[in-house]
Amino acid sequence: MNPLFTYAKRATTATLLAGGLLTAAAQAADEPPMTLSGSKIAAQSGATIYQSICQACHQADAQGAQGAGFYPALAGNMKLAAADFPVYVVLNGQNGMPPLRGLLDDAQIAEVVNYVRSHFGNHYQDQVTAEQVAAKR
Amino acid sequence: MELTSGLTRRQVLGIIGKTAGVAAMYQAMTALGYAGESTEAATRFALHGAPKDTSILILGAGIAGMTAAYELKKAGYSVKILEYREKAGGRCWTLRGGDTFTELGGATQKCEFDPGLYFNPGPWRLPYNHYGILHYAKTFGVALEPFIQVNYNAYVHSNKAFGGKPVRYREVQADYQGYMAELLAKSINQGALDQEMTLQEREMVIASLKSWGALDDNYHYGKTISAAWRRGFEVNAGGGLMPPEAASQPLARRELIESAFWKRIITGQLVEFQSSIFQPVGGMDMIAQAFARQLPGTIRYNAKVTNIHQDERGVSVQYTDTVNGQALTEQADYLVCTIPASILAQIPMNVGAPMQAAIHSLPYGASSKVGLQFKRRFWEQDDFIYGGISYTDLPIRSISYPSTDYGHPGKGVLLGGYTWEGPNSYEFTAMTPAQRVQKAVEYGAQIHPQYKTEFDNGVAVGWHRVPWTQGCYGQWGDDEHLREQHYKNLCDIDGRIVLAGEHCSHIPAWQEGAVLSAQDAISRLHAKIVAQQ
Repeated sequence: MNPLFTYAKRATTATLLAGGLLTAAAQAADEPPMTLSGSKIAAQSGATIYQSICQACHQADAQGAQGAGFYPALAGNMKLAAADFPVYVVLNGQNGMPPLRGLLDDAQIAEVVNYVRSHFGNHYQDQVTAEQVAAKR
Repeated sequence: MELTSGLTRRQVLGIIGKTAGVAAMYQAMTALGYAGESTEAATRFALHGAPKDTSILILGAGIAGMTAAYELKKAGYSVKILEYREKAGGRCWTLRGGDTFTELGGATQKCEFDPGLYFNPGPWRLPYNHYGILHYAKTFGVALEPFIQVNYNAYVHSNKAFGGKPVRYREVQADYQGYMAELLAKSINQGALDQEMTLQEREMVIASLKSWGALDDNYHYGKTISAAWRRGFEVNAGGGLMPPEAASQPLARRELIESAFWKRIITGQLVEFQSSIFQPVGGMDMIAQAFARQLPGTIRYNAKVTNIHQDERGVSVQYTDTVNGQALTEQADYLVCTIPASILAQIPMNVGAPMQAAIHSLPYGASSKVGLQFKRRFWEQDDFIYGGISYTDLPIRSISYPSTDYGHPGKGVLLGGYTWEGPNSYEFTAMTPAQRVQKAVEYGAQIHPQYKTEFDNGVAVGWHRVPWTQGCYGQWGDDEHLREQHYKNLCDIDGRIVLAGEHCSHIPAWQEGAVLSAQDAISRLHAKIVAQQ
């Protein structure tokens, strides 16, 4: 675990509320929102950001995929143990994966990293904050 | 360079090109002040004098791999290609009725287009100045037809401008040009540019603005017949006792400027999109098929490369037959590897740290395309749009109408969405194929309401889900630092291995980049092999 990250306990009431509302709206539409303007992805919650970007390669079940090459599974991926690794990869890309720093703001990156690290059989309790992502830019 | 013999510059370049290859020829051209047409040399490309019994293995039967194979064979090398897919072409790819495509994640689409109708998920245009790819298309007898890039009767659309009503391209073009001319004429007449120009120059510019912008005698752009000749008439001139022609009302200036629709009239002015621009008759993969016909018995299909090794004796490539799972090995003296860096980064290969770092540093860009079949060609029948592109700021970004089969009474296929980078490329790729098609129909219906009743079926490709590329193209991007740091190391020969493909070019995502990269790579490899004899 990287000492640079101070692990915020679960989100504050305010972000929980906002997140809850967004999640409810997204669920009502049964799909993530589509971006209609600007250079940032419209989705705001971890789940909808995952569905808007990540699952294109890592797949809806986070099991990855195999072709001439492969996309690694994020499900049960030990490399997610230290939160700064997925934060780094999302910001800067890796191999063929494009950097997503332009598509996502700090809060969105924190949301999606927290989502992946607490779903798909990943059970990491610590959370990344937008401020911690900002420090890595 | 002083030329003292009787040779012309072109003859000198021909000699250099034949003996030393395109890279040397380019350097010579620069020295001769001839670099403006440098890539034109691709049409005269030839290598000569392969040392006896020298074998070169090529990985990938896309445009780069097949260019390399074709030219190396002609030079006398023993050549073999290993290809992951069951057919040749790579990203030079066309989907027709009856074709199936299984993307990463396992979703399989069966294309249900009518006979003769097709959709190019990858490259779809051949600019006149892409000399290399056009050279091979012509050499192999691939039939070409004009691709309509700019259609003045196509639409420009945004839900944030003109009440969401699509505007004709010619209206945007004429009105923007007219208003800019009017504003500039006004500022000149008000003396704003007196310091900038002499009186004579100002008078010339004023006269040119009147002509260029279709301004009236008061240097005003408005509802006039001369403006209507550019933007279209309210009532067209007719015959007999039909009503006389009538001028049309230009779009409101402020709204036009704020709409940013003017961005759309620039695209067709870029050299990559200027007339003439072509497409192969029947689909882009006509070029891939023509290349493959030149290489009988050369391509080993269904070969998934798992390891690349070189030593002082040669190269050895391990691969798996994807049909029967058999593990096989191919050996050669040298290797031209055109596998996309996105895939190559995952294949063990003993090259030096600089090339390895370059391969691992190149991200692959996102893009998606949707092909839609409709029960009739309503864009021609109702909207009088024959080929060309309508632009929108909706997530589909554009609609491109087929540049072929005009007036055909049956069904038609158009490009119902083409995203390039940006959030929408990722969003479309992240959807299931059915969702992509559904979304493209939903958004397209805001421009063409006929979609609702005329839609028949569709196919959709998100390039990060394409099993043989994992992305659309090598995204060097605007980050000059990335190219500065890694590009040369990606292209330099490492021992017996050289890389080629659009990712090893300054023309990413274009087939021309693949051709020029292949020609340059094999020129350098050939020079090295010959020098070692």
